[in-house]
Amino acid sequence: MYAVEMRHITKRFPGVLANDDITFSVLKGEIHALLGENGAGKTTLMNILYGLYKQDSGDIYLNGQKVDITEPNDAIRLGIGMIHQHFMLIPPFTVAENVVLGIEPEKNLLLDREKAIKDVEEISQKYGLIVDPKAKIQDVSVGIGQRVEILKALYRGAEILILDEPTAVLTPQEVEELFKIMRSLKEEGKTIIFITHKLKEPMATCNRITVLRKGTLVGTVDTGKTDISQLAKMMVGREVIMEVEKPPHQPGEPVMTVKELEAYNDLGIKALRGVNLILRKGEILGIAGVEGNGQLELVETLTGLRKASAGKILIHGEEMTNHSARNIIEAGVSHIPEDRRKRGLILDFSLAENLILGSHFKAPFSHGFQMDYDSVYDYAGDLVDAFDIRTTGIHSQVKYLSGGNMQKVIVARELGREPDIIIASQPTRGLDVGAIEYIHQKILEMRNGNKAVLLVSADLDEILSLADRIAVIYEGKIVGERDPRTVTEEELGLLMAGGSA
Amino acid sequence: MKKNNYHRVIQLLKRESVADVFISFVAVVAALLVGAVIVYISGSSPYEAYKALYEGAFGSTYDFCQTLTRTTPLIFTGLTVAFAFRCGLFNIGGEGQLYIGGMTAAIVGISFTGLPLYIHLPLAVAAGAAAGGAWALVPSVLKARVGAHEVITTIMMNYIGILLCSYLANYPFKAEGWIAQTNVVEPSAQLPRLVASTQLSAAIFLALACVVLTYYILYKTTLGYEIRAVGLNPDAAEYGGISVQKSIVLALVISGMLAGLGGAGEVLGLHKRFIFGFSPGYGFDGIAVAVLGRNHPVGVVLGALLFGALRNGGMVMKQMTNVPTDLVVAIQGIVILFVAAPEMFRIFRRIKKGGIKNAF
Amino acid sequence: MLSSIVSLLTATLRISPPIALASIGGAYSERTGIINIGLEGMILMGAFAGVATTHFVGNPWVGVLSAVLAGGALGLLHAVLCIRFKANQVVSGVGVNILSLGLTTLLLQVIWGNRGASDSVRGLRPLSLPVIRDIPIIGDILGEQNPLVYLMLVIVVVAWLVMFRTPLGLRIRAVGEHPEAADTVGIHVHRIQYMCVTLSGMLSGLGGAYLSLGWLNLFSQNMSAGRGFIALAANIFGKWNPAGAFGASLLFSFTDALQIKLQGVGIPIQFIQMIPYILTILVLASAVKRAVPPAAIGKHYEKGEK
Repeated sequence: MYAVEMRHITKRFPGVLANDDITFSVLKGEIHALLGENGAGKTTLMNILYGLYKQDSGDIYLNGQKVDITEPNDAIRLGIGMIHQHFMLIPPFTVAENVVLGIEPEKNLLLDREKAIKDVEEISQKYGLIVDPKAKIQDVSVGIGQRVEILKALYRGAEILILDEPTAVLTPQEVEELFKIMRSLKEEGKTIIFITHKLKEPMATCNRITVLRKGTLVGTVDTGKTDISQLAKMMVGREVIMEVEKPPHQPGEPVMTVKELEAYNDLGIKALRGVNLILRKGEILGIAGVEGNGQLELVETLTGLRKASAGKILIHGEEMTNHSARNIIEAGVSHIPEDRRKRGLILDFSLAENLILGSHFKAPFSHGFQMDYDSVYDYAGDLVDAFDIRTTGIHSQVKYLSGGNMQKVIVARELGREPDIIIASQPTRGLDVGAIEYIHQKILEMRNGNKAVLLVSADLDEILSLADRIAVIYEGKIVGERDPRTVTEEELGLLMAGGSA
Repeated sequence: MKKNNYHRVIQLLKRESVADVFISFVAVVAALLVGAVIVYISGSSPYEAYKALYEGAFGSTYDFCQTLTRTTPLIFTGLTVAFAFRCGLFNIGGEGQLYIGGMTAAIVGISFTGLPLYIHLPLAVAAGAAAGGAWALVPSVLKARVGAHEVITTIMMNYIGILLCSYLANYPFKAEGWIAQTNVVEPSAQLPRLVASTQLSAAIFLALACVVLTYYILYKTTLGYEIRAVGLNPDAAEYGGISVQKSIVLALVISGMLAGLGGAGEVLGLHKRFIFGFSPGYGFDGIAVAVLGRNHPVGVVLGALLFGALRNGGMVMKQMTNVPTDLVVAIQGIVILFVAAPEMFRIFRRIKKGGIKNAF
Repeated sequence: MLSSIVSLLTATLRISPPIALASIGGAYSERTGIINIGLEGMILMGAFAGVATTHFVGNPWVGVLSAVLAGGALGLLHAVLCIRFKANQVVSGVGVNILSLGLTTLLLQVIWGNRGASDSVRGLRPLSLPVIRDIPIIGDILGEQNPLVYLMLVIVVVAWLVMFRTPLGLRIRAVGEHPEAADTVGIHVHRIQYMCVTLSGMLSGLGGAYLSLGWLNLFSQNMSAGRGFIALAANIFGKWNPAGAFGASLLFSFTDALQIKLQGVGIPIQFIQMIPYILTILVLASAVKRAVPPAAIGKHYEKGEK
């Protein structure tokens, strides 16, 4: 008996066909993976099931009955719950408030806080998802946040749970715990749909796997009857090179030294508690760690975007702690930021204007007071050719580019400056395989050309394949350095979770 | 190079600017229609009202010069708002900066005797600009350092500035008589009359020079690049090494200087003295001008001309048809609302496609 | 000395409703993420509508009702522009102010001719509370005030209760902090935004009615005189909390009362009149460091947009 059937679902957004006539079914009581690259249409399909979007055409059947889902309330009432990739939690509210939001218990017209807390405690005990109902979301860890999201769905009586890329923010150990929870939920009779772009995960937990590619359904397979390379082929449509080729490296002299670096985050909490690092020429140093352990603050402090409260940063032997972003750029440091739309690009500026950001005030682009836009346009044209950026022209606005091309603009700009040090933060997040391959290639080129690269990534596979050395960051400190050729994922996972090995 | 320029123009046109101009045009037409309805409801004939309006604005050389006279301060205040907006800032303090600039120009104009024109006049004009800039300094620093919303601080500075000028015009610098005004400014500090028997003065040249200057700063200088970058995405600008604080302060101060110049223009060119109440809200009109002109220097000139025509024509309209001049103010408000709501025009397109029921 | 202070406090309370009501309205609007710069215009429109209606109908309470509706209409306009048409919220607010100024002045002249102020109309007569007025000190302050002052006090309490103790308030705050999260649990984000922005208009309109009907019994051009903007500052100072906004409004009203008392002291009147405005700037310069607005403020929410 199919718990969920989505028949001939089509959904269009301006400029992109996100779901193209997809027919997708899930058996009751199974864990079913929805696998595909970034941008394949998995989240869109599930958003339709959950009522956040309305399909342009196609029908949904639950347990054989046709249903009409126009808003999340409908989905919730039909027993569907969704745990989103980016948490849908309100940071200043408590756990209990977040769980009951929308169906709050009332007493005499007022919010019944005690009952909310009691209900959360009950349900938390029942499913073994331990949380503190009175804690504020902004104070709890990401792992707890995820539990709250699951509790939200269970509180509303969900029988079908959709998990959207749940492991992106977890350590390997937490991922194991999540899989355990998923199995026990399955034993309670729940049906689970598990969205992911990571090949290994469905093999570990799911009964069946459906692969999406560029908005269409490629096929559905039983886990027992397939393997990773077949899945990869289905996902991408061609043979995928699983391993990156890397010549052995000879690390040169240190170009950046970080000593006992301390800094606070935006909430006023200490995010860096004494970081020590040495970055050498011709080497990729990978910073592994679960997001939220200080990576953002580390990158921002190193690039002059955040004040260091203590410690030293030395670039080419010179003290550059708390120097301005401009000085640091001038010292030969380039930065590929983790949020390309927020930090990396000015979306309403043209390609050309974006390509000179950071060097705009110097010759040849500017002479004193005045800009020389002719040389700007020449330079931009050269970069577009050199980096193969697909665009309608250097004068068109960057906001019309695809995610991959946007990232190429940033990479072109940052590498075109011929820096000595490149700091790359989550450089391939949200990109399709072609763009990922391209950026990995460029990073390796830099390293082979005797430059230094600091690679910060939440994707362990990326770090393991690219880095020459791996440093693990946990709660604002570097807790261990390892050689990627000899370290195991378990060891890294342990370090990422604060354990010692 | 030629090929580059051709492509550049094509791509620039494809950008939203063409749609912007269209929206502004339609907004004005729509606002005039609404205005006509208001006139009709209040008992007068819209045809008569608008006819008087047009004739008052453009009917003769004299009328046209008067329209240009009314347009001049609007160019200044329109540039004020537009320039600040390019940095993502809302300078609603144009009125206060205008007053302070005008008062300062007047003080310099009356305080020195025996100076030649080519020293006294530039001095007075520069003083007006500097004073206007200084009046924007406090809000700019508060915004840059502490994030205080400049809408509120600049509006507060308006009240403080106007009250200060009221004091100055009523006590220390008061001329003989009942009116709150200063003495007439020395001839060596006056902007010469351009057309005999009209009020049009060289202030309009000053205004047009500011248009060119503003365009130059925004689109040809490094400072302009940085200001626009901060206005569009302060996070990315900071990442690109731009000092966001410096840009905010410079943008607001330059913006204030433009308003100060407007005040100087009115005082030294039109009235030849500071008269309290000389501005019927030019600072606020500047907002409508900037919004209508899409915050572009050329757009500001066109918008200022439109509102200058409305103002001047409005006075004639009042004399001939009894429709109050505040109709113009109401129309301005409506224009802003129409322009501010770009989505509105997609509705018209949808109605064209599928009938009224498709509208929402 | 004591009697001076008591009379100052009484005056403070008497002056407070326009700013207080508008700032509470501002709190509700901004808590759902919509900046409302148009409070000034909504107060003014309410003031005008109150007097104009009373002029024709004769009953000031009908005038109050029409003021609330007029303010609400402007609030709804702002809401439609910002939510449905994705207008820049600050520009829309400024547009509302200009429109209101133009419309009220225009209609003022149409009805009463070119004089800058309307005729006097019947105003709301002060209420004298029987038991309370006999309590020493408090009785002097609270015992005899305009009925709208008492209404305001009730509104402050209700506004606070709703926002922090009811499910509706939880949802309102959720919308302003994280509209996407609210949407995913089935809360109608836009509906709540429409409601609260219109409410802010209604409350401001009520404040405007007090200004014209409760105090001066007439309407004069631009009589709101910046109170809507002071209300914005009061809301920020009060940290988007109706009770805090009320407290901040009292502070501003106090300086206003003080300013009136100080006139004639010997310093030119203009400097004394500056005091409330200077205070506002000082407040913004200091408070803003600690005040954190709702996280999603100023942003437009649409499903599927990143």
